[in-house]
Amino acid sequence: MSAKASQSDAPGRRQGRQGPAGSQELLIRGGTVVDEHAERRSDVLVRDGVIAQVAPDLSASTGARVLDAGGALVTPGLVDLHVHLRQPGAEEAETVESGSRAAARGGFTAVVAMPNTDPPIDCAAVVEEVLALAQTALCRVVPAGAITVGRAGERLAPIGELAGLGVRLFTDDGNGVQDAGVMRRALEYASGLGVTLAQHCELSSLSDGGVMHEGVWSSRLGVPAVPAEAEELMLSRDVALARLTGARVHFLHLSTERSVSMVAAAKAEGLPVTAEVTPHHLSLTDAELVGFDPLYKVSPPLRSSEDVAALRAGCAEGVIDAVASDHAPHPPEKKETTLAAASPGMVGLETALAVTLGALTDGTAMSRRQVVGLMSWQPARIAGLHRAQGGDQGGPIAPGAPANLCVFDPDERWEVDPARLASRSRNTPFAGRTVCGRVRHTVFAGEPVVIDGEAQR
Amino acid sequence: MAERERRLTPPRGGVFVPRVQVLSPEDVQRALVRIAHEIVERNHGLSDTVVIGLQTGGVPLAQRIGAILEDVEGMAVPVGMLDVAFYRDDIGIRPVLPEAVTDIPGDLAGALVVLVDDVLFTGRTVRAALNALADYGRARAVQLAVMVDRGHRELPIRPDYVGKNMPTRLDEQVDVSLDGVVLGDVVPR
Amino acid sequence: MSADAADHARLGRHLLAVADLGAEGIEEVLRVADAFVEVGRRQIPKVPALRGRTVVMLFAEESTRTRLSFETAARRLSADVLTLPMASSSMKKGESLRDTVETVAAMGVDGLVVRHPDAGAPYQIAQWVEASVVNAGDGWHEHPTQALLDCYTVRQVLAERAGRDPASVGMECFAGLRVAVVGDVRHSRVARSEIWALAALGAEVTVVAPASLLPTTLQGWPVAAVSHDLDAVLGTVDVCYLLRLQLERGAEAFLPSPREYAAGYGLTARRASRLKDGALVMHPGPMNRGVEIADEVANLPQSTVLRQVANGVAVRMAVLFILLGAGSSATELPEQDELLRAVGE
Repeated sequence: MSAKASQSDAPGRRQGRQGPAGSQELLIRGGTVVDEHAERRSDVLVRDGVIAQVAPDLSASTGARVLDAGGALVTPGLVDLHVHLRQPGAEEAETVESGSRAAARGGFTAVVAMPNTDPPIDCAAVVEEVLALAQTALCRVVPAGAITVGRAGERLAPIGELAGLGVRLFTDDGNGVQDAGVMRRALEYASGLGVTLAQHCELSSLSDGGVMHEGVWSSRLGVPAVPAEAEELMLSRDVALARLTGARVHFLHLSTERSVSMVAAAKAEGLPVTAEVTPHHLSLTDAELVGFDPLYKVSPPLRSSEDVAALRAGCAEGVIDAVASDHAPHPPEKKETTLAAASPGMVGLETALAVTLGALTDGTAMSRRQVVGLMSWQPARIAGLHRAQGGDQGGPIAPGAPANLCVFDPDERWEVDPARLASRSRNTPFAGRTVCGRVRHTVFAGEPVVIDGEAQR
Repeated sequence: MAERERRLTPPRGGVFVPRVQVLSPEDVQRALVRIAHEIVERNHGLSDTVVIGLQTGGVPLAQRIGAILEDVEGMAVPVGMLDVAFYRDDIGIRPVLPEAVTDIPGDLAGALVVLVDDVLFTGRTVRAALNALADYGRARAVQLAVMVDRGHRELPIRPDYVGKNMPTRLDEQVDVSLDGVVLGDVVPR
Repeated sequence: MSADAADHARLGRHLLAVADLGAEGIEEVLRVADAFVEVGRRQIPKVPALRGRTVVMLFAEESTRTRLSFETAARRLSADVLTLPMASSSMKKGESLRDTVETVAAMGVDGLVVRHPDAGAPYQIAQWVEASVVNAGDGWHEHPTQALLDCYTVRQVLAERAGRDPASVGMECFAGLRVAVVGDVRHSRVARSEIWALAALGAEVTVVAPASLLPTTLQGWPVAAVSHDLDAVLGTVDVCYLLRLQLERGAEAFLPSPREYAAGYGLTARRASRLKDGALVMHPGPMNRGVEIADEVANLPQSTVLRQVANGVAVRMAVLFILLGAGSSATELPEQDELLRAVGE
């Protein structure tokens, strides 16, 4: 993909996927290049938004920018299937721009924006609004559309019209589609359009009023709780509907052991299902709620250590296809209240890589390359953004490919400081924790949007 | 009060190390007998008299004085005990918790109260005791009997009956019981 | 009391849960409560211990009895008491809980007594203020002072039965004591506090309830046995503790009807006659007469309900005194001679 940018373009403005004005040559030097095919010590030269050369000991022309990747991995830019950018409607928590900056700092060059905005992304006008906002973002922002109008679970949204605008993923996330009949019709309709429906599996009749996982801890602490079955029953239903309709289904944020085994069984049967998991569900359990701290309140809730172990194993065995952050920014007043009244969710774009590396490479047999795959080329495919699908994400890192890259040091330890997050919101329970794995540089369409951990705009 | 002193010395408790025995058990008994006689003499008898020991050091002394008074005058004198934990004005992080029971015999209205304590030091415990007594009725008069007056008063409190005047340094400690009076130091644990 | 000063620090800055107290913490409160029971018998049942301190009642859930009990306790300690009925305050207009609490705290507050329908509320509040926080009941989680006053009552009654002064009795009366906690354990903060307190003191607790009123799992609970059959357990226990059926919190959704509950789990006169001689019948109040306890049973001598209420004030005085009763709010350890002079007279 070649990019032509005229000299008169202001820095930061882009048309489509072209590089910034007079884009410099960019040399990423001294790193280990890791993509779907191979892992090798190599430099990467980027010119005009495209990878020009991949070989050891490259030299750049004068005036080229050099990014040091010594001791670091150079991978395809990460892709997050599940972020809440809150715009339109809740800009005090996050905007498309601030969220994209957080994404870029987290090593992401593309994110899928969830449609539970206000108004929701259930019509062309809002899709276009988000796409317009995405023009100045620091990463690719692809809106997901709602499955039903208003995410109310009753009437189908204009899925075809939105697909025509480039929307590939549809979900009512925040809620699951409660009615089996509605979900069936949606799947049948979607299967004809080549788009994917994604489900937030939660049966509200079982989860209503619940605030944390139903188990040993909720019982001791006397907190109304959500049983694993609230997720598993809907997941099981949708596996059956996928079988019935032949449509692709993607399961958002799996949280239970049985969910993992049901997805495994569905895949073994050859059904077109995929699944994602969040970094926090791979690393935190319901025991964290012992202090009633709303920072640990998420939906689906943090579950037991057996569930965490099963989710990790699911990643190692290929049952789970992607890690997605479910980045959910909230202003302070939504968290500075009782556990029951607090809004669920945590920000996660900037900690996703480190937390995931920590959860998956410690103790399982997973390699760093497999973890990178879970966060780049695999989610790229699910989002329809992979190069092989005509997109520009997920690699491989080879001459001619769009320059969407992440350079990170898998061994660098750092302390999570909420005050230094690029996100507008600060709601992370990892505050004060030391994690391992830090993004050094992020290159988006040939532009170095993050250098040495600092966003460039 | 020596017990409490001992207990509260930073860091969170110290040990009383005795140095010199100032009064033997017989000396203590003699002093108590003298004090008992002084009480009867000063008050021209024992009518309406109530003896109240301050927890914890003053209680055994008060009980002994009560027994002596009964011997001397041939009539039983009511003896009670008072814990002033709830009336203290201490500066400190934690409150001083009551160590023992308060048991005041009857209503003190019109009574002549003889407060008994083991050591008189700054006067603050006695001030707290006067406060506490007021809640049991308006006494006719309150007199103070102590086994040892070690000086360093911070309030205008003076004893009516003293076993022994014993000037001390601030960093010393006095331990009083029916087994004698000992001067010593407090050493951190 | 053995004590050197270090032993006094059993209660930290707050009282949020009995589960955090341990046997020593519970004993500390009960010992101090002994002294306050004596204060309560005086003509003027008041001491100046908390003079100049301000205690605020933050009750986001209606409760006249508990609130009055705490208010009485604070006033008898000479503290100034303010009541903020949060249910009707600006909280409803969308002011955040934190804002409400910080506004109140800014007026200079030493103690906050908090009751809230959401479990964990006192924990959040404790993060936002310098004051000491006392949990007066948070959702289904805990009601620590209820358990403390109930333990106090048990010790008091057992001591009197043995002809001893309650203040002279230690915690040994709880060792091996067989207690049945009967009723809606699932939704009961009193149950959680009670079970943790009694078990910490060495009692053997049996939980008796219909399956739908038990928590999802009792794993990790210090419970000796679980039963669905009250009649089988009745004759074996020394204390029968009856929980309220939380009708106003929708407990009847978990049961066919209060009548069916009463038939299976209510302490009827017939059942009461099968209790061991000297067994205590306890209830945290207010009673649903005719549901968990029959009218005539509530008035029997072995029912301790009125005593529990009376002891509640003394126990709450003890808690407030331990948490708030230091002199000025000093934040450093005083110098040695300052302390010596302050306490040794």
